[in-house]
Amino acid sequence: MFDDMSALSLARFQFAFTVSFHFIFPAFSIGLASYLAVLEGLWLKTGRDVYLQLFRYWLKIFAIAFGMGVVSGIVMAYQFGSNWSVFSDRAGPVIGPLMAYEVLSAFFLESGFLGVMLFGLDRVGKKLHFLATCLVAFGTTVSAFWIIVVNSWMQTPQGYGIAPNGQFYATDWLAVVFNPSMPYRLAHTLLGAYLTTALVVGAVGAFHLLKDRRLGRAAQPATKIMFAMAMGMVAVTAPLQIFAGHEHGVNTLQHQPAKIAAMEGHYESHDRAAPLILFGVPDDAAQVMRHKVEIPAIGSLVLKHSIEAPTTGLDKVAPENRAKVAFPFYAFRVMVGLGLLMLLLGGWAAFNAVRGRLFDNAWHHRLALAMGPAGFVAVLAGWITTETGRQPFTVFGLMRTAESASPLAAPAVAASLIAFIIVYFFVFGVGTWFILKLMAGEPNPGEQGPSKEQAADVGSLPPDAPFGFQLAE
Amino acid sequence: MPGDPFLTLVWAGIIGTAIFIYVVTDGFDLGIGILFPVMAPGAERETAIATIKPVWDANQTWLVLGGGGVFAAFPLAYAILMPAVYAPLIAMLLGLIFRGVAFKYRARTTRIWLWDFAFFGGSTLAAFAQGVILGAILQGVKVDGRSYAGGWWDWLSPFSLLTGASVVAAYALLGACWLIWRTEGAVQDHAYRMAWRGGAASIAAIAAVSLATPFLNHDYFSHWFEVPGLYYSAPVPILVAVAGIAFIRALKRRAEVAPFLLAQALFLLTFIGLGISIFPWAVPGQVTIWQAATAANAQAFMLVGVGALLPVILGYTGYAYWLFRGKVGAEGYA
Repeated sequence: MFDDMSALSLARFQFAFTVSFHFIFPAFSIGLASYLAVLEGLWLKTGRDVYLQLFRYWLKIFAIAFGMGVVSGIVMAYQFGSNWSVFSDRAGPVIGPLMAYEVLSAFFLESGFLGVMLFGLDRVGKKLHFLATCLVAFGTTVSAFWIIVVNSWMQTPQGYGIAPNGQFYATDWLAVVFNPSMPYRLAHTLLGAYLTTALVVGAVGAFHLLKDRRLGRAAQPATKIMFAMAMGMVAVTAPLQIFAGHEHGVNTLQHQPAKIAAMEGHYESHDRAAPLILFGVPDDAAQVMRHKVEIPAIGSLVLKHSIEAPTTGLDKVAPENRAKVAFPFYAFRVMVGLGLLMLLLGGWAAFNAVRGRLFDNAWHHRLALAMGPAGFVAVLAGWITTETGRQPFTVFGLMRTAESASPLAAPAVAASLIAFIIVYFFVFGVGTWFILKLMAGEPNPGEQGPSKEQAADVGSLPPDAPFGFQLAE
Repeated sequence: MPGDPFLTLVWAGIIGTAIFIYVVTDGFDLGIGILFPVMAPGAERETAIATIKPVWDANQTWLVLGGGGVFAAFPLAYAILMPAVYAPLIAMLLGLIFRGVAFKYRARTTRIWLWDFAFFGGSTLAAFAQGVILGAILQGVKVDGRSYAGGWWDWLSPFSLLTGASVVAAYALLGACWLIWRTEGAVQDHAYRMAWRGGAASIAAIAAVSLATPFLNHDYFSHWFEVPGLYYSAPVPILVAVAGIAFIRALKRRAEVAPFLLAQALFLLTFIGLGISIFPWAVPGQVTIWQAATAANAQAFMLVGVGALLPVILGYTGYAYWLFRGKVGAEGYA
């Protein structure tokens, strides 16, 4: 099946596959680490056991998610060199140091204190343990900062020069780090991570509320607290995220108008009153949007805050510099659609809370449960939008994707791609199954941490563990 | 924009240090994985894994600093070498995935044997692949302009298979010595027996690799057997012999910490030996560290980070080790 694919296409698919799988875990663990810090802080402040229950419950889930993020992240660190060596050589002097800072300021912090966080509560005492939790949470955020700096520089490069040998070099490190799209992308990514976590926590809470309701028993205090906290977070974060996303879009329009044209499906420029295309089927060959459903004149208003404003279409972009419209166009619509559903979920929660019915509204709980994975889908859709919208460049406007790849034979890339696909689906499928199994259990007053539980649990689980191949015994 | 000649040396030192710390710390983690099949399921395996559970993740991070450091400080070398060792590199990454998740998964399943096998297989594959990568780089790669120009099986040779097997043996030795230090009773007794075998295999491996390396290319030979290189290199084999004898004596008198430290010393000496062979090449025979170096302002920018953060990292890493000090039983840490 790979015969007619080039090494370049395979390398691109491999990067898309491994980075998408990888980012699922940080998108969850960035928010979850902060949530754990909040729970432990509340426990220390109030002394209420229910917060410790919740902390231990989510800590076990965090341990697995974080572990999957780490091992899939190492793959990313080396993939730059293995599959994108020309890019690594040329962009290395600018982005290499940024990634080194990520390792030094974030990865060591996370991994160094993770052991204390998971196994050290009885060794270091509550306050130091809380510090370790906070440092892990801080480390995940710092890690996000540096990798967003790298990605944003590739989107909106500045503060660089190009040496005779083709290598980029920095002329101004502050300009490199604080490049134009970085603050917007960072805000949008972090809010996305918090929202993703809140939706997962909310869905787990909703699952147990629905289950308790079906079995006719009262909900556990821990279940109510996690559901209320999660819904509060969604209610606050969803509108903020929509605002941040809009500001990010305006920033993109300023610096990468070709990407916005692809996202909006604007093949043609408009002198004024550009329509807002809601849906359609992009046809790159003919450079037209087919079967489109559009609202006249609103496009200019959304993008430029004025109906009279002109908009730039792909017709103003040289043909060889145009992105394929379908990916950013559809992915953007998936992201925005889910964002609006999140707004609905949060608003409904606020409405129920005001009426004092947050824990009684089964249809709201069902929506919360259904929206559990929505954050992951939205986050991936957002990354697909911004990454495919940057094409055909790796460093926007400066270095082409086609000239960035390693000089590898297609069979080598195909073989590694197949290996990654098999291993990722198996390994991360099992991990996800373990996480779901933990989530299916309710946080209870005797909740154990990861350290004690691991020794105690061995051999005591029901014999339905996943992917265990029962040999004849 | 060329690199600064002195900062280039500093960065070669920093990356060498990071890789060394990786090898001797994750080396014992991987070594325990390699030895897993000869350990008894139940108490022995639980004890062994409990000794490394709080620290392995931090140990592994040095690999990210080593690889990321080459990317950051010597991007040209990174760009040439990573495609050259493509297959073993992917194998190492897949091995590390299985090893890493096995820590978490084996505690959550009734089919421990499956994830114990993943722990063993992943550790062994990662260790072997690291050795193959070392051998493939030492034996040299084809370069054209600023790119790798060889095929995707070029890494495979008797020499790279030898270095692969050597790293597996040496990591197993580190794992056994770590267990001698951190356990007691029957687990420790078994660790002594494993350390004898691991020590014999490691010393044989050091001898074989040492004899083969100088004949890979003329440069290595001159570093080892011709004046003036001889003056720097001659003490290394002598010190290896001294450390080897001290190691055997330490095992005989059933010392608990000394075997681990002496195994580390053997690693340090072989690491210095490798440095003598390869210096000043980043890609042997093709690209020197000065040719591969990143821009001077990037070197300086990163050095600020290293100067400020590395002492802190070493501080809290040491703290984590100290926190989880002492002998470990099957029930693990508190």
